Amino acid sequence: MCDSKMCDSKMFNSEMFNSEMFDSDVKITQGALGRFGEFGGMFVPEILVPTLLALDKAFEEARGDPAFVAEFEGLLKEYAGRETPLYRCRNLTSGTKATIYLKREDLLHGGAHKTNQVIGQALLARRMGKTRLIAETGAGQHGVATALAGALFKMETRVYMGSKDMERQAPNVFRMRLMGTEVVPVETGSRGLKDAINEALRDWAASYENTHYLLGTVAGPHPFPTIVREFQRVIGREAKRQILEAEGRLPDAVFACVGGGSNAMGIFADFIDEPAVKLIGVEPAGHGLHTEKHGATIEKGRPGILHGSYSYVLQDENGQIRESHSISAGLDYPGVGAQHSHLHSIGRAQYIGITDQEALDAFTRLSREEGIIPALESSHALAQALKHAQDAAAPQIYIVNLSGRGDKDIEQVMPYIGGARS
Amino acid sequence: MSQRYEKTFADLKKKGEGAFIPFVMLGDPDTRESEAIIETLIESGADALELGIPFSDPVADGPVIQTSANRALEKGATPDGCLDILARIRKKYEDIPAGLLVYANLVVGKGAESFYKRAAEAGVDSVLVADVPTLMAPPFVRYAQNAGIDPVFIVPPNASDEKLREVAALTKGYTYFLGRAGVTGADQEMKVPLSSKIALLKEAGAPPVVVGFGISRPEHVRASLKAGADGAISGSATVAIIAAHAGDPGKMGKMHEELAAFVKLMKSATRI
Repeated sequence: MCDSKMCDSKMFNSEMFNSEMFDSDVKITQGALGRFGEFGGMFVPEILVPTLLALDKAFEEARGDPAFVAEFEGLLKEYAGRETPLYRCRNLTSGTKATIYLKREDLLHGGAHKTNQVIGQALLARRMGKTRLIAETGAGQHGVATALAGALFKMETRVYMGSKDMERQAPNVFRMRLMGTEVVPVETGSRGLKDAINEALRDWAASYENTHYLLGTVAGPHPFPTIVREFQRVIGREAKRQILEAEGRLPDAVFACVGGGSNAMGIFADFIDEPAVKLIGVEPAGHGLHTEKHGATIEKGRPGILHGSYSYVLQDENGQIRESHSISAGLDYPGVGAQHSHLHSIGRAQYIGITDQEALDAFTRLSREEGIIPALESSHALAQALKHAQDAAAPQIYIVNLSGRGDKDIEQVMPYIGGARS
Repeated sequence: MSQRYEKTFADLKKKGEGAFIPFVMLGDPDTRESEAIIETLIESGADALELGIPFSDPVADGPVIQTSANRALEKGATPDGCLDILARIRKKYEDIPAGLLVYANLVVGKGAESFYKRAAEAGVDSVLVADVPTLMAPPFVRYAQNAGIDPVFIVPPNASDEKLREVAALTKGYTYFLGRAGVTGADQEMKVPLSSKIALLKEAGAPPVVVGFGISRPEHVRASLKAGADGAISGSATVAIIAAHAGDPGKMGKMHEELAAFVKLMKSATRI
C-alpha cells in the first residue's frame, strides 16, 4: 500500500500554509509523511524527527542495495530457518467444508514471526552505525527476538517490559536475560505494552545518537509502519506461492491476529491486491466487546494519536488513552498500526473480536487435533477461522498465520485448563 | 492573536530583565489547589505561565511531570475542567501571558478546531503540542491561528540551521529552545545553548527565545540569558515542590510558601 511509489511521501511545503485546500475539516495528517489514507504520520517530539528521517532514508537505500538484501535473506534462511511450512491441518476441520492451512511462523527461530523484522532492523541499525538497541515488548516475543539480534550483532540491548507482563511471561524474561539483554520493568500506567513503548520513546529522546529503537510492530511513527511491514512481507509472499503450489488457487480468506498488527500486515501485504481474498484481522475481545475489558481497538476505538501515529485508539471521551485487556500479552494494546486503520476504513480488511475464552478453546483444540501448541495471540486468529469453517456452505480454503508458538503461555494457561482432559 | 507575549517581553526588555516562566500541571493536586497555586506563581513574580493539561501517556515527560499528570487525572481532571481553571485565572489577571503545553491526542480528542476555540475562550495565548513537530504542523497552525492562538514550536538542541529557520518562521508568541535532549526533568541539568543558535534564530525573525528542560536553579536562568535567550521555563523543579506536599491538606500553606520562594529566587536571576 505504501510502497515508495504509492505512498505519499511529500513533505509539507510552505505554500500549503496559504493554500485554499485547507478548510475547516482538514485532515490532521494532511500532506504528512508516511500516510495510509488519512492515517499514519510522524507525531513525535521534534528531537526525534531527524533520527526518524535518517532511518527512513537508510531503509530506502538499504532495500535497493543488493548486498543488504542478500545478507537479510541469507540470515532469514540460515539463522532464522526460513522458509516456514504452510501446513494443511489434517483433523482440525473434519466435519466442515473448509480446509485450514497454517503458516508456521511458530517454527521460526525465536518462536514467532518477530524474528523476521528484527533481523532486518538490526541490520539497518548496524548500517547506520548504531551500537545500542532498545525495544519494548508485550508478550516477550519481540523482546526475545531483539535479544537474539543483540547477541548476534554484538550490540548492547535493553528491553522495556511492563511489570504486569513480566509476571505473566516469566520464561521470556529469562530467555532475554540469558542472551545478555537488560530487561527493565516498567511500573507506569497499566504496566503493559503501551507503557513499555512510552518508556522506550523516552529513552530514545536522550539516546538517539548511538541507539536504534527497534520498534516491534507496524504501529508507531513513520517510517516504522512501512519498515516493519516490508521486513514481514516475506510471510505472505511465501504463503501465496505455497498455497498456489498446494491448491492451484488463492485462498478464500487469510486470518491473522492483530495487536499492533505486524504478523497480520506481513501476511496481508501480498494479498491486498487480490480482491477475491478476504483479509480478516482478529482483535482481542477479552471478556467481551460489551465489557470494558478488551483490546479491540478498531472495533471499539476511534481515531486518535498514540505513539506517533494517527490511527484507531481505545480512548475515553476526553482523549485519555484507555487500558486494554487481553489474556494474551501480545495483543494487549490500545493502539493499532495505521495501515490496519486504513484497510478497515476502505473496507479491504475486516476486523473481528475473539474473546479470551474462545482463544483458550482454540489453543486447546489445535494442541489436541494437530499436535501443535499455538501462541495465545495466534489462537485468536485460529478461533475466528474455525468459526468461519463451521459456517462454510461451500468448500473453502483458509490460511491462518500461526504467528507464534505457545510454549511461553503454558504457565499462564494452566489454571484455565487445568491438566486438560486426561 | 493576543498581544500579551509581545507586550510582556517588550516591557521586560525595557527593564533589562529576562522572563521567568514556571510550568505546572492544571488540576494538580486538585482543581481548587491548582488555581491557588497559579495565583501564588503570579503573585510571586512569574512573568508568564506555562500550563499542562494532564494526559495519560506523556512520552516527552520524565517521572516528576508524569506523576503530576497522574495526580490530576486521579482527581478527575479533564481538558474542559482545566480550561475552566485558566478562565477563572484570566478574569483576575488580564495581562499575564498563558501558554498551554499539551499532547496531540487531547487536541484532536474532540476535534482540533473546537479545542483551539475553547482554549481561546479560556484566555490561552499559545499552545505547544509536545508530539507535533514542524513536519506535522500545518493543520495545527491553521486551527490555532483561526482561533487567535499562537502556535509554539520547539527548537531541539540538535537543530540544523535549516531547522532553526523553519521554527523561526513557524513559532509565534515565543520560541521554545530545548535546554538538552531527553525528557523533562530536573535530575539532568540543561546544557548552555549555543549563543550562535539563538543568534541565528533571532536573525531569522524568531519571537523571544525561552529555554526549557533541565532548568532548576538560578544559575541555569542566568546561563540561558547570557547565551542570548529572553527567558527560561522551569517545570519539574516547580512541580517537585507540589509533589512534596500533595496529599497532605495540612502542608498546603508550606507548599505555597516554598513555591513563592522558588519563583522569587528564579525571577531574581533574570535581572542581570
